Amino acid sequence: MKLLTLNFLTCAIKSCKSSPASFPLHPRDATLEIIESDLNLAFLRNILPRLMWSELCTITRELGLPALPETVPTGEDMVEKKEGEEEVASQTAKDLHRVLLETGIREGGLVCGNCGHEYKVLEGVGNFLLPGHLV
Amino acid sequence: MPEYLVRLVQVHESFRKAELQALADVAGIKIDFISYDEDSPFCVVGLPSDNAARTMISRGILSHGIYELWGEGSTYDNLHASVRKRSSEKWSLYHEIPFRFTLDSFRGSRKPADQRGIVDSFSYLGFMGPIRMKEAEVSFKVFEDYDNKASEPKHLYLGRFIGESGRQAKTTYDLKKRHYISTTSMDAELALLTANIALAATGKLFYDPFMGTGGFPIACAHFGALVTGSDIDGRSIRGTGGSARKGQTGKYDVAGNFKQYGTESHYLGAFISDLTNTPLRGLILGSEHGGYLDGIICDPPYGIREGLKVLGPREQLGEVERATHRDRYKEPTYIPPKRPYSFIAMLDDILAFAASTLVENGRLSMWMPTANDDDIELIIPTHPCLEIASVCVQPFNKWSRRLLTYRRLPDSEVSQEALLLAKKEYDKGVKADDLNAFRRKYFEGFKEYQRLQEAARATNDIVPEDTNT
Ligand SMILES: [Zn+2]
Repeated sequence: MKLLTLNFLTCAIKSCKSSPASFPLHPRDATLEIIESDLNLAFLRNILPRLMWSELCTITRELGLPALPETVPTGEDMVEKKEGEEEVASQTAKDLHRVLLETGIREGGLVCGNCGHEYKVLEGVGNFLLPGHLV
Repeated sequence: MPEYLVRLVQVHESFRKAELQALADVAGIKIDFISYDEDSPFCVVGLPSDNAARTMISRGILSHGIYELWGEGSTYDNLHASVRKRSSEKWSLYHEIPFRFTLDSFRGSRKPADQRGIVDSFSYLGFMGPIRMKEAEVSFKVFEDYDNKASEPKHLYLGRFIGESGRQAKTTYDLKKRHYISTTSMDAELALLTANIALAATGKLFYDPFMGTGGFPIACAHFGALVTGSDIDGRSIRGTGGSARKGQTGKYDVAGNFKQYGTESHYLGAFISDLTNTPLRGLILGSEHGGYLDGIICDPPYGIREGLKVLGPREQLGEVERATHRDRYKEPTYIPPKRPYSFIAMLDDILAFAASTLVENGRLSMWMPTANDDDIELIIPTHPCLEIASVCVQPFNKWSRRLLTYRRLPDSEVSQEALLLAKKEYDKGVKADDLNAFRRKYFEGFKEYQRLQEAARATNDIVPEDTNT
């Protein structure tokens, strides 16, 4: 599961959804994997304003990854200030791409900060099905 | 605006106009429909330029190509008169260069000698360049539109070739050549078409809540979107459930399908979940954070084989049973209980989910089966945050399948009450009232549909053949 998806995933339990503590889910005993992919400037620009930035920073901190900028970068921060035809991805864009789209959780758990329920990740696929007593 | 002739395919007719509109919308191009007929593969549109026409058609699935319209008429005399009137100032541009001049007869045919005669009748255009069948610099085509079994065409067009469609993707993504599929995979043509109608494109994020073996996400990735999906069945994502392909061995999974097409950079991965208890975050009222999905595409599970179930105990669990689930759920062999789920309740859940997760103007494209009954035909599930963008019908004998596409209205066009309702539905999972007369009627029709579908499966007669396109 790419780390980007963790910015959209919260606890599946309905009574948790209204609690701010249920988002983001906290990685536990996570094994990370890096899968290289093509940098996509158009996508980064579009997705930036939709991210919940401080929650993203929380996740990277908990995973011990290099710190992200404190405030959310802008679309302009994604390109180097260069004259010419071709857009060149900035270091900020490359770093973000690395974190959001190349780094993923291979194995481990994702824990709700509100109810403490742990969702398992196996072979890169998170399981958010709820056991009978929690539905 | 200059006029262009789109050479459509004569299949999935009711999807064609919706696709052309979507192709224009996704490219930010204004399109005017000048003439369109369900019974004809020729459509005349107004577009701002050749470039706009080329860009737009390049990802079309239900078309072959687009032509600058040089003239049209009901007889050859009328066509020649129209060509003289509309395009004479353009003739000289093509006097010296290698060219190609051919005939396309729809539902009709001409002997080679007649074809030559028709081409020769345009000699007044004054083209002196060499005739080339290959590598011509400019290509002209005469189009003849016949009624079924008619001896003479009812309408004629002359067009200058501008650009080819993206229909070859139908072959590239053919299920027969895909590594990993299931018995319910939607054929490549319809999956690509759905992705077009939902405006999948570079830079966007798309999601399929019932992804199965990933057919829709794969189609969206073809058009440049980044995609994710989920399924209640983890085996279909991880691929340990086997493939529907005969004699296939070894492990195939959804990620492997993306690799097959070279779009693995577009796949964000998938997760196991159930739409009624989705882990995806919803609307946060009073925050600057709105939706984050550009599009949602799905073919909700409605068939016999998949069963229509969601997680949850069949009835309220007793204290002892609850304790048993609590004790056992961490065991690897634990299977959560499932309960039957009304199809209508599911449609409402999908709409509430879309209202809460789509960006403003994002699209939901949802397939929905319907028994062919006058009362039922009109029922389209609604939500105050969603506006219907198009309804396309794939008719079968006694039932049909519809593709409903909705646009998420901007918050400014939606009432506060509607937003609050959307949030409440999303948080609490408000259920549809199955006792409503219309809904009950639909549901009865749906049972009939299930019976028909089962019968159709038994005779292997579900998907119509792609003939005479
Ligand atoms: Zn929770």
